[in-house]
Amino acid sequence: MTLGVLSRQRWRIAVALSAVMIVVYFGFVLLVAFDKPLLGTLLVPGLSLGVLLGALVIVTAWVLTWHYVRWANAHLDRRIKEIRAAGPAGS
Amino acid sequence: MGSASRIGAPNSTAIGFFIAFVALTLAITWWAARRTRSTEEFFAAGRRISGRQNGFALAGDYMSAASFLGIAGLVSTSGFDGLIYSTGWLVGWPVVLFLIAEPLRNLGRYTFTDVVSFRLRQRPVRIAAAIGTLAVVSLYLIAQMVGAGNLIKLMFGLSYETAIVVVGAVMLAYVLFGGMIATTWVQIVKAALLLGGASLLAVLVLSQFGFNPLRLFAAAADRYGGGVLAPGKLISSPWEAVSLGLALMFGTAGLPHILMRFYTVPDARAARQSVFWATGLIGCFYLLTFVLGFGAMVLVGHDAIVAVDKGGNMAAPLLAEVLGGKALLGFIAAVAFATILAVVAGLTLSGAAALSHDLWVSVVRKGSAPHDEQLKVARIASVVLGIVAVLLGLLFKGQNVAFMVGLAFALAASGTFPALLLSIYWPGFTTAGAVAAIVSGTFTAAVLIFFSPTVQIDILHHEHAWFPLKNPALVSMPLAFAVAIIVSLLAPEAEARAGYAAKERRMILGET
Repeated sequence: MTLGVLSRQRWRIAVALSAVMIVVYFGFVLLVAFDKPLLGTLLVPGLSLGVLLGALVIVTAWVLTWHYVRWANAHLDRRIKEIRAAGPAGS
Repeated sequence: MGSASRIGAPNSTAIGFFIAFVALTLAITWWAARRTRSTEEFFAAGRRISGRQNGFALAGDYMSAASFLGIAGLVSTSGFDGLIYSTGWLVGWPVVLFLIAEPLRNLGRYTFTDVVSFRLRQRPVRIAAAIGTLAVVSLYLIAQMVGAGNLIKLMFGLSYETAIVVVGAVMLAYVLFGGMIATTWVQIVKAALLLGGASLLAVLVLSQFGFNPLRLFAAAADRYGGGVLAPGKLISSPWEAVSLGLALMFGTAGLPHILMRFYTVPDARAARQSVFWATGLIGCFYLLTFVLGFGAMVLVGHDAIVAVDKGGNMAAPLLAEVLGGKALLGFIAAVAFATILAVVAGLTLSGAAALSHDLWVSVVRKGSAPHDEQLKVARIASVVLGIVAVLLGLLFKGQNVAFMVGLAFALAASGTFPALLLSIYWPGFTTAGAVAAIVSGTFTAAVLIFFSPTVQIDILHHEHAWFPLKNPALVSMPLAFAVAIIVSLLAPEAEARAGYAAKERRMILGET
């Protein structure tokens, strides 16, 4: 794999994961803005939909972070090592 | 609950804990001072901090008194609304990880400006970025210093001025003698104390509700109505919501003192691990503050919280007093003080790096300052910033400073984040584009804040505000991106484009 290919692959993954985070968070924010009563709906006593979704936004941030780190530790670092070993000509 | 709070009276436990914390951190500083002989050690802790250590230090650098006292207070007075801030302040971290952390570590030495100016002309970019950095750092410093003064006055009974000078002096001791090594360890100790203290309080709260947070929330809803579990008054219009969200999310990726921490680890892999830890720790912390806010709402009561401080900022300390008496109040008060010290030290160090590394060494000396001189200028810059921090704290006494944290995030999202992102990923980015992005983003954000309802109506008591939104990011951040792209396209810079291949190689592979 050349440096250019790896760089584009990393960029695609970074953008895709950022997009998921942005959609999830701004989805939450827009629900807060547009449908306050919906978020106030009680699912069980003490737990409203809004509180549950807010907690899920935090969990999403954790899951995405964990996912990226796992991919980068396994895949990205190995490719970097290969390209480095190949020397400047390998890029 | 009914008895009068001891908040505001000199508390010997609080003073004891505080003196213990200062003694411990000064001992760390003494240890660190003997290891700080080069600029690399002063600004980047010799790049020997591990990923996990840096994760704790990032959390310690980021979790300010505004998040601990402010969010717990906001939750205690309005319930759900606090969650809008908590989530916003957390979701910036994954973005930092995906887009910024690794390239930043591979491309720079001490400041994010190293990355922006990498293949561009040094002088104009460094000057613009240093101005952007100092704007964010000063506003953040004002918020922290004024917060520290009020907090210490409320908790220890010391005068505001004494409190400001004590914070300034202790913080300056860390930075001046121990540089980044001492600052890092102060932030690690503080993160552990803050998370430990918040966990202890949360466990004590939940023990009264069968360790089931839902029973706590239900108790709050019984007493104050179901509205506490639904969005309230914080968000008045959809535009407002999106604008605040943009500032919170992308501001994190543009805060100079946070970005600077990535240079303290040995490589990009460690930079990546550190965001993983930071995201986990900060997320836990925000979940804990949500429990603490509801705990204070139920166990202390709305009226008692607002009676001590209108903004609700004393909710967490009051809760500690109800749960564990004077001793626990003293501990939490000392933790809050430690929190401010660690954040202020990080801010001062990043301001000093902008002054000495970006302006003096790179612009005035054109990159060829002797080693001793670099370290000397770095220390002089730290003293200057320490004095500025104390003066700003004294100058803004009595002002409502909550909006300044919001402004600092908006400035970072508009002034520094667009230029940093484009410089990393867009080959066509130019010197003029970078300067234009930083200047227009910073300037627009500052001007719009001035014309916003927060300043015009709340502070200046005018009837109308010319700009309708409390937070300017919705306008200023897209504007900075647009200006950057248009200026770069209008006047392409062949050398900058030619330099991108080398930049891309180093950004992925590191120094080879």
